[in-house]
Amino acid sequence: MNRVVQRRAMPVTLTLGLLVAALFLASLLVGPAGLGLGESVTALLTGQAEGEGVVLIMREIRLPRAILGVLVGAVLGLSGAAMQGYLRNPLAEPGLIGVSATAALGAVLALQTGLAAVFVLALPLAALAGAALSVLLILGLAGPRGGALALILAGVAISALAGAGTSLALNLSRNPFAVTEIVYWMMGSLADRSMPHVWLGAPFMLAGMAVLLTLGRGLDALTLGEDAAQAMGVRLGRLRWGLILGTALAVGASVSVAGAVGFVGLVVPHVVRPWVGSVPSRLLPASALGGAAMVLAADVAVRLVAPDQDLKLGVLTALVGAPFFLHLIWQMRQVEA
Amino acid sequence: MWGFVLRSDFVAKAAALAPWAAAAAVCFTPAFADVPARVVSINLCTDQLAMLLADPGQLVSVTHLAQDPLMSSMVDEAKDYGVNRGQAEQVFLLDPDLVLAGTYTQAATVDLLRGLGIDVLQMPPVTSLAEAADQIRQVGAALGHPARAEAMAQTFETDVTAVQQTGHKASAAFYYANGYTTGQGTLADEVLELTGFSNVGADAGVTGGGILPLERLVLADPQVVVTASPYPGASRSEEILTHPALAALRGQIGAQTDADWVCGTPHLVRAIHRMAAVRATLQDGP
Repeated sequence: MNRVVQRRAMPVTLTLGLLVAALFLASLLVGPAGLGLGESVTALLTGQAEGEGVVLIMREIRLPRAILGVLVGAVLGLSGAAMQGYLRNPLAEPGLIGVSATAALGAVLALQTGLAAVFVLALPLAALAGAALSVLLILGLAGPRGGALALILAGVAISALAGAGTSLALNLSRNPFAVTEIVYWMMGSLADRSMPHVWLGAPFMLAGMAVLLTLGRGLDALTLGEDAAQAMGVRLGRLRWGLILGTALAVGASVSVAGAVGFVGLVVPHVVRPWVGSVPSRLLPASALGGAAMVLAADVAVRLVAPDQDLKLGVLTALVGAPFFLHLIWQMRQVEA
Repeated sequence: MWGFVLRSDFVAKAAALAPWAAAAAVCFTPAFADVPARVVSINLCTDQLAMLLADPGQLVSVTHLAQDPLMSSMVDEAKDYGVNRGQAEQVFLLDPDLVLAGTYTQAATVDLLRGLGIDVLQMPPVTSLAEAADQIRQVGAALGHPARAEAMAQTFETDVTAVQQTGHKASAAFYYANGYTTGQGTLADEVLELTGFSNVGADAGVTGGGILPLERLVLADPQVVVTASPYPGASRSEEILTHPALAALRGQIGAQTDADWVCGTPHLVRAIHRMAAVRATLQDGP
């Protein structure tokens, strides 16, 4: 069985990689300006086009959006898979357990106190601090094995608290637009993001993903139980801190530039698990690719469904994710019964 | 324009010099039987028209918005009046004979006040220059000063006509937070038309106010981008105004709309003159 899965893992990764590449291209080609295929690609690659505007659209508007789609999706898929592996709980996910919500609170506080205007890195750093705080809380509250009930209840409480804090900060803002942005922070969007947002978020997201990807072997051992893992030389403390650091870096930075997109980290590991098996070291990279594909697809879809409006990404991911979540709960009930 | 500034100056000073000036002003006003003695305005635009047209002492209260420099052209004048927040209870306690209101959001308040037997004049938001002149006349008549209002409206119409630009149109776009623009059938659109611009938002099919995606603005490449001064504090909505793609357009942000654009009062003439000045700096070209 294991060998079969191992043989399957490579083609699956390749297939997912191709899917991400195709969706990345689709993300570059879809937009309200309605540019031609050849025109767009030429403008993007060579910087030459009939109208100067076409180059600007491709390089300054669509490219950052597509890059952020890949990164944000990869971060969410990967951190979902890592959390599910560490807590050995199928319901763990940055959105559901409040990590994204507290990251959003951190980002909103950095923006509304004016800190982000004085010091550019304050935005991702504050979001990162928020994310780190909630991961610590979750691990503390849910315990090392992460019982499903404790985990979800702690997540609901942390999400509610962070959401209330975000709403309060935005309501008290002197800026009349800020209050309308509560939905953005809770649902996420990639509309009108620019290259500076990529430069701001990408280093943290890449660093976070690098940390999370190194956890694969430790998580593999952990599937046999904590004692067995320790006997195999896995240092659990280090694994735990790696998870906290990696998730905080990756999710914090992703929320600070794109808001909190839910359910990606929940759905993606479950979808790719039948193909690559539940061994974390293989599940992690596949979930990263799957997450990237899901967010890119959602971001293409929001532009097709409502081209002139900023439909939030979280709306689409929740439309797919929430029924899936219900399905998981149903399954768990049957197992427990 | 100048006549109007002098008049408002006079009204402000007269209000400060209470009973003497008040008595003098009353002498100059034909004594209509239906001149309301106590007027309260609960709409930013009627605030300003009433401040311009009322006798000293006739206007009792204006909205708090009239003192907001981002929205009101008459911040200093507004400080001479009581301030209300447009709630029925507060307005009723001021014991007005006439309440000036908008048609847009105050339906419940207006119904309540009418139910209490108070005259309420509702003014719709102005969507053209002709409507602006009409409203000056309507508010003036309601306040019992039709001649004063007629003179002001005629000055406004003359000032507007004097600016009328013919010939080649330069392209311009309004661009605000969240990619909001104003298109066809708006006062702002008519100001652009009048001052020698074609409105990119209107050409893109936006009627009234609506969203113009940044991509389509970039493709249209307007010669001038007109935006609003940013509010204090931070918002993601306003980040679009500092987007690198917008900064790379040939039409740098050439003008900012301000309080003078908000209402159809004679202050609008200042906004029109500023747009005409922007147009004059442009070379004729595609």
